[in-house]
Amino acid sequence: MLIRHAPDLTDNDVTDQALYLRRREFIGGAAGLGLLAAAGTAGARGLAYKPGFSTTETPTPKKDITSYNNFYEFGVNKDDPSENAGALKTRPWTVRVDGECEKPASFAIDDLIKGQKLEERIYRMRCVEGWSMVIPWVGFPLKDLLAQVKPTSKAKFVAFETLMRPSEMPGQRWDTLRWPYREGLRIDEAVHPLTILAVGLYGDVLPNQNGAPLRLVVPWKYGFKGAKSIVRISLVERMPATAWNLLAPREYGFYSNVNPAVDHPRWSQATERRIGEFRRRETLPFNGYGQYVADLYRGMDLKRDF
Amino acid sequence: MALRDPLSRFAPAPPRGENLARRRSSPSGGGVGKADGGGRRKRPSKTRDNLVYAAVWLACFAPLAWLAWRGFSGELGTNPIEAVIRQIGVWGLRLLLVGLAITPAARILKKPRLVRFRRTIGLFAFSYIGLHLLTYIGVDLFFDWGQLWKDIVKRPFITLGMAGFILLVPLAVTSTNGWVVRLGRATWQKLHWLIYLIVPLGVVHYYLLVKADHRPPLVYAAILAVLLGWRVWDAWERRRAKA
Repeated sequence: MLIRHAPDLTDNDVTDQALYLRRREFIGGAAGLGLLAAAGTAGARGLAYKPGFSTTETPTPKKDITSYNNFYEFGVNKDDPSENAGALKTRPWTVRVDGECEKPASFAIDDLIKGQKLEERIYRMRCVEGWSMVIPWVGFPLKDLLAQVKPTSKAKFVAFETLMRPSEMPGQRWDTLRWPYREGLRIDEAVHPLTILAVGLYGDVLPNQNGAPLRLVVPWKYGFKGAKSIVRISLVERMPATAWNLLAPREYGFYSNVNPAVDHPRWSQATERRIGEFRRRETLPFNGYGQYVADLYRGMDLKRDF
Repeated sequence: MALRDPLSRFAPAPPRGENLARRRSSPSGGGVGKADGGGRRKRPSKTRDNLVYAAVWLACFAPLAWLAWRGFSGELGTNPIEAVIRQIGVWGLRLLLVGLAITPAARILKKPRLVRFRRTIGLFAFSYIGLHLLTYIGVDLFFDWGQLWKDIVKRPFITLGMAGFILLVPLAVTSTNGWVVRLGRATWQKLHWLIYLIVPLGVVHYYLLVKADHRPPLVYAAILAVLLGWRVWDAWERRRAKA
């Protein structure tokens, strides 16, 4: 797959403009977040961060975000992650960043986080199963980490590999998916300012069940693209294999952009149930982030490259 | 000694010994007859019968009551609508399997009168499945008929589930004594053989719905295979015994 639109949006373009356009919401949101942020900074386990690009929609309660999600390494039910993730040890933890780059490196997780400017990003999250949440992540743009290793021109894709540790991840004792879980992005998606690596939730350290200590968040794609508990990030030349695509290629494409026009055999993607709401709501193309990301896919047939 | 429930006489593949009248008239019923040919001729008392019926009813209502209780106390989790639809559907499938298990159980345990619960169980299964469908249409889709139609056409698991339910309707309608008489035994029985298609549809409906871990629906498939396999084996045995 050729990159038709190289990331000529430079690092700052989209975010800055977006922030500018939404400055009123942003200021209002920042005021509202003041308390949270203060609590986050002050708390013993809290994270220090600045507000970043965020939706003004009401965040889903933390209890729901941390007790209802898919993390098949801990079991296939929505409450399995919260029940089984307690045993996962997230320290020591090393993240290898390698592949087509000039300075491949291994980072101890705490050093990696220390080197980044953390931001709060309140994003919509749309699960492929037809439900959605609004989640206040704390993280940093993936591009900031990638820049540190200096990708070469051969770096066309980014591959994510996550932890393989059946002793602490009971779901891995059964081959529901081909472990370890893998995900991937095209390089322009990876360096898009909306794409972040999250290390926190609701101003606090990311709970194990949500992908501690480091997870990917790509808000315009279905939730499963957000690889959790990442141990390796590789810049690669060819489109990498991804876990759900390996299991059911007709159901889960590489791109997996939120797209109400592309049905899944099991779930209509036209509507979604926002957790906490009774009526279903319309699903928006690119999960409502089209104005920032649609350009990445110009000229592509997204019904074929779903 | 007539049974109160005329349905039991028209069971699909009516087993030897499930009906005292039949057994008496059947010369090949000897094997089972021996077991209760001795002392147990007396019909259980009406009070005991009623108590047993009450227990069965309560057992059938229990999952719904439990679900309602958890619903009211907010224990259905983060996505209660999905939880309710799933749970009611799974219980419908379980009751269908219980219904299919009654005839083999009656034969194997030599408790012919068990078959009188088949109609009760079957109607409860139908009610659970109807409620499952109603919750999906009324609560999940909020009566969005266009969406319902799209789901039926586009999503195989819904296509099959819906087919199963539609086939179940005539069985529920003709479950009364009156309908047994109206249709005549042979026709009624043939109609109710549909259950052998409906339950597999239910299991496949569940299987297709699951994303990755197919173990739970496969457990149901295995139970179904045993229950259907027993019938094949039984029919074969009987043919052999006749020859």
